Amino acid sequence: MTPRQAGEPGLTTVPADGPAPMTVPADGPAPTTTPENGATSMSTSRLGGSGLRLAYDRRVVAEDLTVAVPDRSFTVIIGPNACGKSTLLRALSRLLKPAAGAVLLDGADIHRLSARAVARTLGLLPQSPIAPDGIGVAELVARGRYPHQGLLRQWSPDDERIVAESMAATGVDDLGDRLVDELSGGQRQRVWLAMALAQQTPLLLLDEPTTYLDIAHQIEVLDLCARLHEEQGRTLVAVLHDLNHAARYATHLIAMRGGRVVAAGEPRRIVTAELVEEVFGLPCRVIDDPETGTPLVVPAARARAGTVAR
Amino acid sequence: MIVIRTPGRLSVRLHPRVLAVGTVCLVLTLGVGVLAVGHGEYPMSPADVLRTLTGGGSAAEEFIVTQLRLPRLVTGLAVGTALGLAGAVFQALVRNPLGSPDVLGFTQGAATGALVVVAVGGSSAALAGSAALGGVVTGLLIYLVAWRRGVHGYRLVLVGIGMSAILTGVNGYLMTRVPLMSASRAMLWLTGSLDGRGWSDVVPLLAALAVLVPALLACGPALRMTELGDDAASGLGVSVHRMRMLLLAGAVLLVALAAAAAGPVPFVALTAPHLARRLTRAPGVTLLPAAVIGALITVVADQVALRALPGQLPVGVVTGVIGGGYLVWLLATERRAGRL
Repeated sequence: MTPRQAGEPGLTTVPADGPAPMTVPADGPAPTTTPENGATSMSTSRLGGSGLRLAYDRRVVAEDLTVAVPDRSFTVIIGPNACGKSTLLRALSRLLKPAAGAVLLDGADIHRLSARAVARTLGLLPQSPIAPDGIGVAELVARGRYPHQGLLRQWSPDDERIVAESMAATGVDDLGDRLVDELSGGQRQRVWLAMALAQQTPLLLLDEPTTYLDIAHQIEVLDLCARLHEEQGRTLVAVLHDLNHAARYATHLIAMRGGRVVAAGEPRRIVTAELVEEVFGLPCRVIDDPETGTPLVVPAARARAGTVAR
Repeated sequence: MIVIRTPGRLSVRLHPRVLAVGTVCLVLTLGVGVLAVGHGEYPMSPADVLRTLTGGGSAAEEFIVTQLRLPRLVTGLAVGTALGLAGAVFQALVRNPLGSPDVLGFTQGAATGALVVVAVGGSSAALAGSAALGGVVTGLLIYLVAWRRGVHGYRLVLVGIGMSAILTGVNGYLMTRVPLMSASRAMLWLTGSLDGRGWSDVVPLLAALAVLVPALLACGPALRMTELGDDAASGLGVSVHRMRMLLLAGAVLLVALAAAAAGPVPFVALTAPHLARRLTRAPGVTLLPAAVIGALITVVADQVALRALPGQLPVGVVTGVIGGGYLVWLLATERRAGRL
């Protein structure tokens, strides 16, 4: 929670004055870094997994997958549909038990830790959480305090303060008495983020937080995530669909295809036309984002690509 | 919202409206209970009833109250509490207002257990035990068929409806095998009745309530988290699968023992949680108010059946008619609100 000089949102800077020593993710010269020589192996990492075999019943989604989430990074996982990115997030958040290998949280197998212990370190905002009928905004945000509460410790002064802070941080403090059902999609997503913040976890996992939102609300939510990452020093891991959003906001990008990590590292270093072609099968040009200088993927026009890209 | 905090870092949250509804219903229930005990061939005023209950009555009054009338009242209270609580748990678990033991087939399973004993002949204790067993076995079957891979409200409801249809068929067959002499006993049991209940009928249920009510209430906060979806609840530190198994087992046990004590009193488990939610206006599940309202409904229905209607009907007739009407109304309004 050490505030630092807020940079421009999305600038892929690394916190320099945090208490934990942090190494910049290795600058692999090749855009396609294999997981073995790990683009992230040089940075400290509280959350990661190695040799992961992820499967639903018998359908294997990923085999021998190795990932590491650099501490205090805004890590974004991208890849085409069904590449296993959401499955990876489920494994990292303890929702899915790997068929082989282990997800490690602070060095311990996450499936050997209790759900409650994990929930105090690692928060999760699933893709489509359900707001109970007739629940108010403040009441929903307060549910984020659950892992810190007990039967006889239901609402401590800390709970009250942290819920208020979380609502202020996400700009929903003036919505406290409104019903969640009545909110717009963007507002609702900010409320859910406030709930996840109230959980006060150093790590926060977000499964497609911008899905179902229009472009303005997508940017609003991502700006908010970037701000939380920068101002509160939290490690964020998000699955995103939009490659350009990922390249703009991520400090660490994990590109997946067919259940394996094709490349991992800082977007400026790894996002190239070759990588996009390899990961998404999309011919494109990569230019500098005129706003942020981050890579901007421009799909090739039909004539240039020689095929219909989409 | 009221927060009570002690210097020892303990804190308790209370919703004034939930508290008020719970208190009012509790007082009403006790009031109706006193009137119920006063009613009968030897009428007693509420004051007499209270005096007798506190040990100040004559020997005759003492006998009438504690041996003849109180068991019926306590059975009604216990059955209603069990059904209201179990109904609230089921509805929260399947996230569907139709998640009640009547719809899911537990009730029919208990009936099957009871009818087997009536058909082959057996004591009241055997009948009660068999009914409880029938309910538990049905719960296990439904779990194996529908629940193994996480809960899906609709799938559970559909499997339950299928199960109850099968069991209704089995029950119909068993009725044809029941000796004619026992058929009325079977019918009375199937309707749900508090007639002639003694302390021995209600003790197993009371024992179960003493354990399961605190246990289920302790799961209340975790259960509320699962309303956000399984993934979100897991993210908040709820062991979703373990909690669901425990709650399902506890609720099935309550329903089965309630059926053993009074027969399958219909629709209390469906109606009480809904009334609790509407009255308290609390978002999400409200276990304790549902339990209190379940007790209130059952005792009031029993009094209506006894006094307001000719022929001293069993309680299940009244809860069936009222509850069935409520269900139709609920389906209409929930459908309009787009929740079903």
